[in-house]
Amino acid sequence: MKLDINKIRQDFPILEQSINGKKLVYFDNAATTQKPTVVIEALKSYYEGYNANIHRGIHHLAEKATAAFEETRKTVRAFLNAKTTEEIIFTCGTTDSINLVANSYGQKFISEGDEILISTLEHHSDIVPWQMLCEGKGCILKIIPINDAGEIILEEYEKLLSPKTKLVSVVHVSNALGTINPIKTIIDKAHAFGAKVLVDGAQACSHIDIDVQALDADFYALSAHKLFGPTGLGVLYGKKELLVTMPPYRGGGEMIKEVTFEKTTYADLPYKFEAGTPNIADVVAFKFALDYIQNLGKTNIAAHENELLAYATEKLGAIEGLTIIGTAKEKVSVISFILEGIHPQDIGIILDQQGIAVRTGHHCTQPLMQRLGIPGTARASFSVYNTFEEIDALVAGILKVKKLLS
Amino acid sequence: MSINELQDEIIEEFELFEEDWEGKYEYIIDLGKKLSPLAEEFKTEDNIIKGCQSVVWLNAKYENGLVIFEGDSQAIIVKGLVNMLLKVLTNHTPTEILNADLYFIDKIGLTSHLAQTRSNGLASMVKQMKTYALAYQSLEK
Repeated sequence: MKLDINKIRQDFPILEQSINGKKLVYFDNAATTQKPTVVIEALKSYYEGYNANIHRGIHHLAEKATAAFEETRKTVRAFLNAKTTEEIIFTCGTTDSINLVANSYGQKFISEGDEILISTLEHHSDIVPWQMLCEGKGCILKIIPINDAGEIILEEYEKLLSPKTKLVSVVHVSNALGTINPIKTIIDKAHAFGAKVLVDGAQACSHIDIDVQALDADFYALSAHKLFGPTGLGVLYGKKELLVTMPPYRGGGEMIKEVTFEKTTYADLPYKFEAGTPNIADVVAFKFALDYIQNLGKTNIAAHENELLAYATEKLGAIEGLTIIGTAKEKVSVISFILEGIHPQDIGIILDQQGIAVRTGHHCTQPLMQRLGIPGTARASFSVYNTFEEIDALVAGILKVKKLLS
Repeated sequence: MSINELQDEIIEEFELFEEDWEGKYEYIIDLGKKLSPLAEEFKTEDNIIKGCQSVVWLNAKYENGLVIFEGDSQAIIVKGLVNMLLKVLTNHTPTEILNADLYFIDKIGLTSHLAQTRSNGLASMVKQMKTYALAYQSLEK
C-alpha cells in the first residue's frame, strides 16, 4: 500500500515549524524519531486520567495503570514475536539493556580467558559495557573487521569464533552507516560454537520486521524513542531459559518476592529485572507508537524509506566532491557523507542555518571512524514522514555549504 | 584597546548582517581563513581542547605582563570563532582576562556556539583561557 505522506506528516506536530526562518527539514531520525499526536495524547491522558503506581495498588487508578502498562508489554511481545511476555523487560533504553546483559549474564557466565566478539560497526554503547566487563573479569574483547563498504567480513568473523567465544554482541543496523548486518547468519554461526548472541536493534527496529524467534536471537535490545515512542525507555528481549538463570541486575522494590534482613527472594520474570517504580507513563504511551507503526505497516514504511534512500543516494552522489560513507549492499535509509576539504561540523552548522537538521560528528562510533580514516561524517537519516522535496532542500543546502566553505 | 572596546568593535561589525545569515557566516568563515595556523609544534595533546565534533588547540604564553594566546581548529567556522576570542582576549593582563565578561557572543547571536553542549570546544576554550590567566596572575607584580 502506498502511504499518504502528507497525511502522515499531519500526525507529527513538531514538523510544522520554521527554524531560522526556513521550513524545518528533520533528517536526524537515526538519533531520535519525532512523536505522533497519539503518543503525546497518551502521555497527557495518563497523567490527567490514571496516574498511579502499578502492581501494588488495589485502587481503581492503580489497576487501570497496571493494565495499561502490561498491555504495552503484550504489544512489544507481538512486535518482536517473542514467545511470552516474561521475555520482555522494560529498561531505560538500548544502552541500559546492553548493560543489563553485561552485568547480569556477563557477571555470572563469562569468566577469565573467555572471549566476547563485537564488530567494528558498534556504537559506544555496545563497546564500553563489554570493556568494563572485561576489565573486571579478565575476559577478552575481540573485534570483527569490516570492509571499506562498511560490511562485516563474515570469513573474518568465522575465524574469530572458537569454543572460547561466550558472547557475540553486534548491531543489527549500523547507526553511522546504515548497514544491515546479516544477523541470522551471525547468530547461527555463533550458536554452532555454543556462544550466545545479543543484537543491538536500536536502529533496526524502526525499519525492519523483527522476529526474535525466527532469528533465534538470545537477546535483542531496542529503544522506544527510535520507534516514535517516548525517550528514556527501552526493551530487552531475552530467551526465557536464559533470563531465569540470570541474577538480578538492580535491587529494590518491585523485583522482590519476599524481603527479610537475612535473605531476599526475587520476583518472577520479567519483574526480577525491573527494580523500582518503572517509567509507567512512557511505557503506557509506547503502545500507541507501536500501534501507529502497525497501522501504517512496516513494509509500507520501509518501501517509502527505501525510495527516499535511493533518491537521496542518486542526488547526493551527483554532487561534486561529496563522498557517501557506507555503501553496503543492504542499507536502511541513512546516508553518511563527507565533503572534500570541509569539516563535518561546518556542514552541520550551515545546514542548520537553512533549517535542515542532520547529525555531524563521529556518531558515537569513534573506532569505526578511525577504521574509515575520517574524523566524522554528516549524516542524513530518513523516516516515514520525510519527503522527496526535503531531499531536494538538502541538496540545495549542501550546494550552499560548498559555496560558502570552498 | 580594552577588552570591552574590542568586543564593541566586533558587535558593530556584526550589526551589518542583522538578518543576513549568509553574510554573517561568510564573515566568520573569512575570519577562520585569516587566522594563521598554529605552528605544528604547538598542536600537542596538552593544547587540545576537546569538543565532541572538532578539535580546538589553544597555546598561551606570558610576556611582559601580558598573556598571548594562539589557537586553531579543524573546522573553519569554529576557527573563525576562535579568531574572535583571540582578538578579544589576547595581549591583556591576567587580571583583565579573569574579569572579562564576554557579552559580545550573545550580542552577535552566536550564543548557541558557546553553549555547554558537546558540539564544540569553544565554551571549554574560554574556560581554559581564564585558567591560564589565573595561573599567570600569580606572576603579576
